[in-house]
Amino acid sequence: MELNSKIPDGPLEQKWDRHRSGLKLVNPANKRKYELIIVGTGLAGASAAASLGELGYNIKAFCYQDSARRAHSIAAQGGINAAKNYQNDGDNIYRLFYDTIKGGDYRSREANVYRLAQVSVNIIDQCVAQGVPFAREYGGLLANRSFGGAQVSRTFYARGQTGQQLLLGAYSALAAQVAAGKVKVYPKTEMLDLVVVDGRARGIITRDLVTGKIETHLADAVLLCTGGYGNVFYLSTNAKGCNVTATWRAHRRGALFANPCFTQIHPTCIPVAGDYQSKLTLMSESLRNDGRIWVPKKKGDTRPASQIPDSERDYYLERRYPSFGNLVPRDVASRAAKKACDDGYGVGPGGYGVYLDFADAIRRVGEQGIRERYGNLFHMYEKITGENPYKQPMRIYPAVHYTMGGLWVDYDLMSNLDGLFVLGEANFSDHGANRLGASALMQGLADGYFVIPYTVADYLAKHPHEDVAADHPAVKDAEREVRERIEKLLAVNGSRTVDSFHRELGLLMWEHCGMARNEKGLQEALKRIPELRDEFWKSVKVLGGNESLNQALEKAGRVADFLEFGELMCKDALTRSESCGGHFREESQTPEGEAKRDDESFCYVSAWQFNGVGKEPTLHKENLDFETVSLTQRSYK
Amino acid sequence: MKIKLQVWRQASADQAGGFREYVVEDVSEHMSFLEMLDVLNEQLIEKGEEPVAFDHDCREGICGSCGFMINGVAHGPEKGTTVCQLHMRKFKDGDELWLEPWRATAFPVLRDLIVDRAAFDQIIESGGYISVRTGSAPDANAIPISKPDSDRSFDAAACIGCGACVAACPNASAMLFTSAKAGHLGLLPQGQPERWLRTVSMVEKMEEIGFGHCTNHRECEAVCPKEISIDFIARLNRDYIQASLGRGQK
Amino acid sequence: MTRLLGFYRTSIGKKIVMAGTGIALLGFVIGHLLGNLQVYLGPEKLNAYAEFLHENIGVLWLARIGLLVAVVLHVDAAVRLTRQKHRSRKVAYTKTGYEGSDYASRTMMWSGPIILLFVIYHLAHFTWGTAHHDFQGMDVYHNVVSGFSVFWVSALYIAAMIALGFHLYHGIWSFFQTLGLNHPRWNALRRCLATLLTVGIVAGNISIPLAVLTGFIK
Ligand SMILES: Cc1cc2nc3c(=O)[nH]c(=O)nc-3n(C[C@H](O)[C@H](O)[C@H](O)COP(=O)(O)OP(=O)(O)OC[C@H]3O[C@@H](n4cnc5c(N)ncnc54)[C@H](O)[C@@H]3O)c2cc1C
Ligand code: HEM
Ligand code: HEM
Ligand code: SF4
Ligand code: F3S
Ligand code: FES
Repeated sequence: MELNSKIPDGPLEQKWDRHRSGLKLVNPANKRKYELIIVGTGLAGASAAASLGELGYNIKAFCYQDSARRAHSIAAQGGINAAKNYQNDGDNIYRLFYDTIKGGDYRSREANVYRLAQVSVNIIDQCVAQGVPFAREYGGLLANRSFGGAQVSRTFYARGQTGQQLLLGAYSALAAQVAAGKVKVYPKTEMLDLVVVDGRARGIITRDLVTGKIETHLADAVLLCTGGYGNVFYLSTNAKGCNVTATWRAHRRGALFANPCFTQIHPTCIPVAGDYQSKLTLMSESLRNDGRIWVPKKKGDTRPASQIPDSERDYYLERRYPSFGNLVPRDVASRAAKKACDDGYGVGPGGYGVYLDFADAIRRVGEQGIRERYGNLFHMYEKITGENPYKQPMRIYPAVHYTMGGLWVDYDLMSNLDGLFVLGEANFSDHGANRLGASALMQGLADGYFVIPYTVADYLAKHPHEDVAADHPAVKDAEREVRERIEKLLAVNGSRTVDSFHRELGLLMWEHCGMARNEKGLQEALKRIPELRDEFWKSVKVLGGNESLNQALEKAGRVADFLEFGELMCKDALTRSESCGGHFREESQTPEGEAKRDDESFCYVSAWQFNGVGKEPTLHKENLDFETVSLTQRSYK
Repeated sequence: MKIKLQVWRQASADQAGGFREYVVEDVSEHMSFLEMLDVLNEQLIEKGEEPVAFDHDCREGICGSCGFMINGVAHGPEKGTTVCQLHMRKFKDGDELWLEPWRATAFPVLRDLIVDRAAFDQIIESGGYISVRTGSAPDANAIPISKPDSDRSFDAAACIGCGACVAACPNASAMLFTSAKAGHLGLLPQGQPERWLRTVSMVEKMEEIGFGHCTNHRECEAVCPKEISIDFIARLNRDYIQASLGRGQK
Repeated sequence: MTRLLGFYRTSIGKKIVMAGTGIALLGFVIGHLLGNLQVYLGPEKLNAYAEFLHENIGVLWLARIGLLVAVVLHVDAAVRLTRQKHRSRKVAYTKTGYEGSDYASRTMMWSGPIILLFVIYHLAHFTWGTAHHDFQGMDVYHNVVSGFSVFWVSALYIAAMIALGFHLYHGIWSFFQTLGLNHPRWNALRRCLATLLTVGIVAGNISIPLAVLTGFIK
C-alpha cells in the first residue's frame, strides 16, 4: 500500500496557505445536502461539529457520556500553548513549531506541526470570544505561564481547569448549532463499528447505552474524534470510559494504526494507594513551574520530608539538567523519577514516589500566591491523600497519560480510508514520540476549528452526495457482526469479572510496554496477551442483557478491544528498537542512561495494517523528511 | 472498616424501584467512595447479581458525571466535593449509608443511581452561549477584562453540570445551574450583546422543562461541589427583572 | 400586558410579585405595630388614633384595598409556586439531610397560611367584633384589653405572632435575594436586618397581650 501524506510543496511557512487556497469549496446550497457523522464531542469533536454546523452541513455528533460537555477534554488542567508572544519573551510561530517537533523527538511531520503552530494564535482569539475566562493580569490582559520543554511563557490557562473551560466554550458553540437545527447530538451512544462501502467510510453502527438499541447511521463522511487509548494500561489519568474501540474498529475495517507504542507517561501524578485503585490522578505539569522535585540522598530514608535538611536532598532534575531543571519534557522527568525509585531512593508507601516541594515557592510568593495559581490542584491532592501540600511536599509518581499514536492520517487529516477523518488525540499526526505539555488542547482545537472545515469541504466537493442503501450488504454485515459480538459476550457467562481481565492486561502492559521496554519483556507480553484474550472469551462473566443500561457489557466490549490492541502496541514497540520520546528501549541508551535515538534506521512513522485477530499485521513505513530542522539528540542539560 | 449500604435499585425508567441492603467488608480509608462501590460490584457479579449502576467517568471531580444522595445529602458529607472525590476516611466503621439517585421530574431515573440530565443541555441550548462564528474573532487581547470581573466570571464558569443543586433543592429548582451559566457569560464584555435575550430564554426554558422555583433555601450552594454562590441566583433575578422591563429590546 | 403575563408565568416573576407584596404587607405590619403600641399611652391616645383612622375613611379604604390586593397576589403566587414545586419532584427522598436551609425557609407555606387564618380571626375579633365577647364599637382600648384578658385568646395571638416571626425571619432576608438586591458587602447585613426586624415586630406585638394578662395595662 502506498502511503501518501499529501504534504504540500513550497516553503514550510507557506504550505498551509497555499494548500488551503488550492482546496475545493462546496457551495452553500450543496452543503445542506451533506450529512456528516462526528464521533466524539471533546475539543476536537465539538469544535469540528460547531464549525461544520455553522457552515451549513448536517451533523450527527455522538458521545458515550450523558452530555457532550463531559468529554474527557474536560479534565485537562494545565493550559494551552499559542505563539502569541504576549509576554514579549521572543516567542514566535517558528519557536513553537521547533519546540514541538523537538519535544516530539523528531518523529512527527514538519508540515503538520508548523500548521499547528500557525493556527495556534487563532485558537486563543476564538476561545476568548466564546467567553473562555482565561487567567488575566491586573491590567486586564491575558496571563501566561511556562510549561515543560519550553523556555518561553506561551501557555494560556484558566486556573487549573483549562480543558474544562475550553470544552465548555466548544460545547456552547455546539449547543448554538443544536439550537439552530444543524447538529443533532446522540449522548450515551457508543460507536461499535465503522461502515465501509466500496472503500469509502459511509457510516457507523452504534449502541444506545440506555436502551441497548443497535442503530446504523449513514453519511457522506465520518470524523473520528474519540480521544486516546491510555486505558489499555487500566490505570491511567484518563476517564474510566476512554477506549480504543472506535479507532480499533476502524482499524479492523482497513484504517492504518500509526505508532501505537508511543504513549506518554506523565511525571506528576498521585501515587497508587492500593490494589482497589481505579484510576490515577494527574497533578498538572504546571506545578513544576514552582515545585522542586527531590528525593533523599540516603537510600530508604524514612524521615518525614520536613526533617530532611536541604544538604541531604537530591534535586536530581536540577542536578542532571541544569538549563531546564524541573521543566524538562515529560518523558525525561518520568524516567528520572522511575530511576530514582528503582534505585531505592523513592518515598512514601512502597517507595514508589518522589517529592514535589513548594516550600521555596511559598516562601517566595506566599501561600495566597500559590493558592491563586494552583488552589484547586492542592485541594484535589489533599482530598485524595489526606495530606496538606501547603505544609508537606506532594508525593508524585509517573502515570500513563496520553497516547501520541493513533490512526494514520494525511495532511488533510484523512485516514487511508476515503472519507474517514481522524482528529485530536485519536490521530497520530502532530506529537511524534512525545507530546509537549499544553499542546494536545491546541491540536484538538486546531484540527476541529481551523483545519477540518477546509479539508472536509475539499473531499465532499469531490464526492457529490448520494445515499447508501440501508440494506447494502456492507451495512448489513457490520450490523450483524456487532449484534453477534454482543450476544457472544453475554453468552460466555464464565467466572471472571471484566475488570479483573482489564487489571491483568494493564499490569502486563505497564510491566513490559510501559516507561521502559526491552525485547525480552515485549516478547513475553506478546506471548501472554493472546492467552489472556482466549481466557477472556472463555471465562468472562457479563450479567444482564443487551436491551437495558448495562455498564458491565459496555466495559466488556472495550476490554475485548484492548485485548486485541495491546498486542499491536507491543509489536510496534518491539520493531522500534531505538529509544525516542516516550518510547524508551533499554537496549538503546547512552552511557549516562539517556535515551538514544537512531535516525538512520527509524526516522519513519510505523503504520500498521490489520490482517485478522492473532494474525501478523503488515507494517507500512512513512519516511519523515526534515527540510527545515536538523535532527539532533535532544538535550535539556 | 465495614460499611452497610442501603442502595436504590431500579431496573429501568418504567419499572418500580426499591432499596437493597449490602455490606462491604474491609473498606480502606484511602478508597474513594466509587472505588468502594467497585469492590461491592465485583462481589455482586461473583454472586451472580447485577452490579449497581452509577454514572462516573473522570473520577477527578470535573466531568460532572457522578453524583447521588448519601444519607439525603447530594455528593455526600464533604463540602465542595463530588462523590468520585469523596474518600472513605470521611466515614467510620459500621456506618450505614443510604444511596439514592437525584430525584426531580426533570431528571428521570434511568437505572439504579443513574438519572437523565438532558434537561441541562436543553437549558444551555436555549441561549447559554455567545454566538461567534469560527474564525471571526478579534485578537484575544483586543478587549481587556478587569481581573476581578474575569475571576467572578470564572467562579460561575466552574459549574460542572452535575445536577446536585437540583437534587438538593427542596423545590427541585435549577436556578443555581442556570444562574451560573448566565452569570459566567453576563459578567464578560463578550456576553453583553445577547445578555437580556439569553436571560429570558434560559429562564423560560427552565420553567418549560419543569424545574421548580427558588425560595432561597440555599441547599444548592451548600452541596455544590464547585461551591458556586447563590449571589448568581440574585444576579439572574436582577437581570430577569431588567429584561422584563424591556431592557435590551428595541 | 402580554409581557406582564409572560413575566408572571415564570417562577421568578411570581417570586418577584411575592417579594413586592410581601414588602407591602411587612410595611403594614410595622405601621400597625407602631399604631398599636400607643396602647401603652393610655385609652385616650389609642382611641384618638383609631378615631383619626376612621375619620379619613377614604385613605383607610384605599389602604384596605391595597392590603387586600397584596394579600390576594401574595397568596395566589404562593399557591401556584407550591403547586409547581410538587410537580417538579413527584417522588420524595427516603432520607433527607439539610445542609443550607433553615426551619423558617422550609415552613413558609405553614407560617403563611397560619398568618392568613389569624388575620381572618383577628378581623372578626377587633374590627367586626363578631368574635369578641364584649365588643364596644369605637372603644378600641377597651376591646383590646377585654379581648386579651381572655387567656386562650391571648395565647392564640402569641402563637400567631410566632408564626409571623418565622415567616418574616426568612421572608425579609429572602426578598433581597429575589429582587437581586444583593452585594457581597451587605449580604451579612441582610441577615442582621431580618433578625432585628423580626424580633422587634414579634416582641412588640406579643408584649400587648402579655401586658394585659400580667395586668400591666388594664
Ligand atoms: C488529566 C488530563 C490532563 C490533561 N491536561 C492537558 C493540558 O493541560 N494541556 C493539554 O494540551 N492537554 C492535556 N491533556 C490532554 C488532552 O486533554 C487530551 O489529549 C485532549 O483533550 C483530547 O481531546 P479529544 O477531543 O481528542 O478527545 P476527548 O476529549 O477524549 O473526547 C473523546 C470523545 O469521544 C467520545 N468517544 C470515545 N469513544 C467513543 C465511542 N466508542 N463511541 C462514541 N463516542 C466515543 C467520548 O464520548 C468523547 O466525547 C490532559 C489529559 C488528561 C487525561
Ligand atoms: C402579614 C402577612 C405577610 C407578610 C408580611 C409576608 C411577607 C413575606 C415576605 C417578605 C416574603 C419573602 C418574599 C421573597 O422571598 O422574595 C414572603 C414569602 C412568602 N410568603 Fe408571605 N407574607 C405574609 C403573608 C403570607 C401568607 C398569608 C401566605 C400564605 C398563603 C404567605 C406565604 C408565603 C410564601 C409561600 C412565601 C415564599 C417563601 C419564599 O419566597 O421564600 N405569606 N412573605
Ligand atoms: C397583638 C398584636 C395586634 C394587635 C393588638 C392588633 C390590634 C388591632 C386592632 C385593635 C384593630 C382594629 C383597629 C380598628 O378597627 O380601628 C386591628 C385591625 C387590623 N389588624 Fe391588627 N393587631 C395586632 C396584630 C396584627 C397583625 C400581626 C396583623 C397582620 C398580619 C394585623 C392585621 C390587622 C388588619 C388587617 C386590621 C384591619 C385594619 C382595617 O381596619 O382595615 N394585626 N388590629
Ligand atoms: S451549580 Fe454546582 S451543583 Fe449545580 S450543576 Fe453546577 S456544579 Fe453541580
Ligand atoms: S436550594 Fe433551591 S430554593 Fe433556591 S437557593 Fe437553591 S435553588
Ligand atoms: S466522575 Fe467526573 S466528576 Fe465525578
